[in-house]
Amino acid sequence: MSEEFRVPIGPQHPALKEPASFSIALKGEKIIGVDVRLGYNHRGIEKACEERTYVQDVYLVERICGICSHAHSTCFVQAVEEIAQIEVPKRALYIRTLIAELERIHSHLLWLGVAAHEIGFDTLLMFTWRDREIVMDILAELTGNRVNYGINAIGGVRRDIGKDKAPEILKKMDVLEDRTKYYIEVATQETTVVNRLSGVGKITKDVALKLGAVGPTARASGIARDVRKYDPYAAYGELSFDLITDDHNDVYGRTIVRVKELMQSYKMIRQILKDMPDGPIAVKAPRKIPAGEAVSRYEAPRGELMHYVKANGGDKPDRVKVRTPTLANIQAVKMMLREMYLADVPIIVAAIDPCFSCTDRLIEIKDLDKKDAQVIDWQSLRKYSIDWYRDRGIDFKK
Amino acid sequence: MMAAEEDIKQKISDRFPFLQEKITVKRKRRIFLDVNMEHFKEVLQFAIKDLNFTFLCTIAGLDEMDKFSLMYQLDDGSGIMLNIRTSISREDPVLDSITPIFPNADIYEREMVDLFGIKVKGLPKGERYPLPDDWPAGQYPLRKDWKSEILDKKEII
Repeated sequence: MSEEFRVPIGPQHPALKEPASFSIALKGEKIIGVDVRLGYNHRGIEKACEERTYVQDVYLVERICGICSHAHSTCFVQAVEEIAQIEVPKRALYIRTLIAELERIHSHLLWLGVAAHEIGFDTLLMFTWRDREIVMDILAELTGNRVNYGINAIGGVRRDIGKDKAPEILKKMDVLEDRTKYYIEVATQETTVVNRLSGVGKITKDVALKLGAVGPTARASGIARDVRKYDPYAAYGELSFDLITDDHNDVYGRTIVRVKELMQSYKMIRQILKDMPDGPIAVKAPRKIPAGEAVSRYEAPRGELMHYVKANGGDKPDRVKVRTPTLANIQAVKMMLREMYLADVPIIVAAIDPCFSCTDRLIEIKDLDKKDAQVIDWQSLRKYSIDWYRDRGIDFKK
Repeated sequence: MMAAEEDIKQKISDRFPFLQEKITVKRKRRIFLDVNMEHFKEVLQFAIKDLNFTFLCTIAGLDEMDKFSLMYQLDDGSGIMLNIRTSISREDPVLDSITPIFPNADIYEREMVDLFGIKVKGLPKGERYPLPDDWPAGQYPLRKDWKSEILDKKEII
């Protein structure tokens, strides 16, 4: 009879957005239970927002996440604008949407690279991250920054996008679209990838719904939920795009959803550049926001993001509540890990696209009976995982 | 234009006539509902079973000085959000866990415990969230009388 082992994974690297610690109970190599400890990098931003003005908060919430920073600032300003009943100019909404989709492209390409790295397919990591530079260049060109674009203001956006920028962006979209077609081919036809990802981290539609899964994680379990479609904000109500779902319920499905969403983003960006109306890019917003409350939702690359803002008539909010997509997916990832092998941990955790999976972290392997601990890092677990699959015939080096 | 929202409002008022004045359709897809703790569970069950609000987005806690309010934010799958707000006493803040109904409430209720100092009855055993293990007892950052300057005082941390 094999003994039960507990494998704590985590906590974190201080540079990360949402670090976590997974304590994994094993029977042999099989996972029988998972505990999650989050909050290692809780910075008290909700409280800090209450102590700062709305204008300061736009910049503060933008720094909640280093990857989907635009998601947070947009979600926040939308809530404030709703309370203050500010009519945001259409051109500003189009610019917000453009940056949002560019951000999704960079985030999904980043994810594809990270996922490839976790399964030992480093060639794909190199390809995707090289291509990601194309979209990072566009973002830097349009906003001045690679991350934390600072494009949003309450009442509109801070920078206009000149007509002269469009041809270059369109040319780059063609390049990225070509590359993405190739990635779709790799993800769906390359047998090593298919074998490695299929059946890993399964979660059925009913369970995913019950556990509150969001974003590509939910959509890969056949849940047709996308805020851009059913609670449209910014310019999404005027764009035509498909809601991507998949019925594989596993990491393979999550990969398909993300690569296909990339194609939709290119389509949207072409529409935005074609249809962007002329006019002002911002209206003046009052410093003091009248009393009221609003719930704003946003489809971030990782799923539904929510900001609840309560105003009391002053220049500082009474309450800002943020619910990030990774937090919503935590219960689902616990379920996905159950009954899987230790070797599947890196890709299952990476597949919900949390930021804590993309760098080194400590992993403690503990024998409960002996009460001693062996400490290894995330890289070693990744190596263990790749070797484990290599022994079973899945090898990207062949 | 807001037929679905008005329809939901009507259904709630029909079933709970005393809530008629407590429902506001703020805008398209946003319904706010105030209900006292006594009727909260009944209203929640009705929203889930009869109105299909089967998805819990999150729970937002609010310190309103004389009481704590909790906003249960639900979605019906069509993008309509029902925000059910209920209140508990600030002196003795105790709350029943809704994890038997929504397992994902777990992490949101732990936030209430750590950040507001609300006791949640029936919350399954688990790690705290989001404050550190060595966070001093009795310090609840999202309470209005808690100021972040306190962190500079060495004797507390």
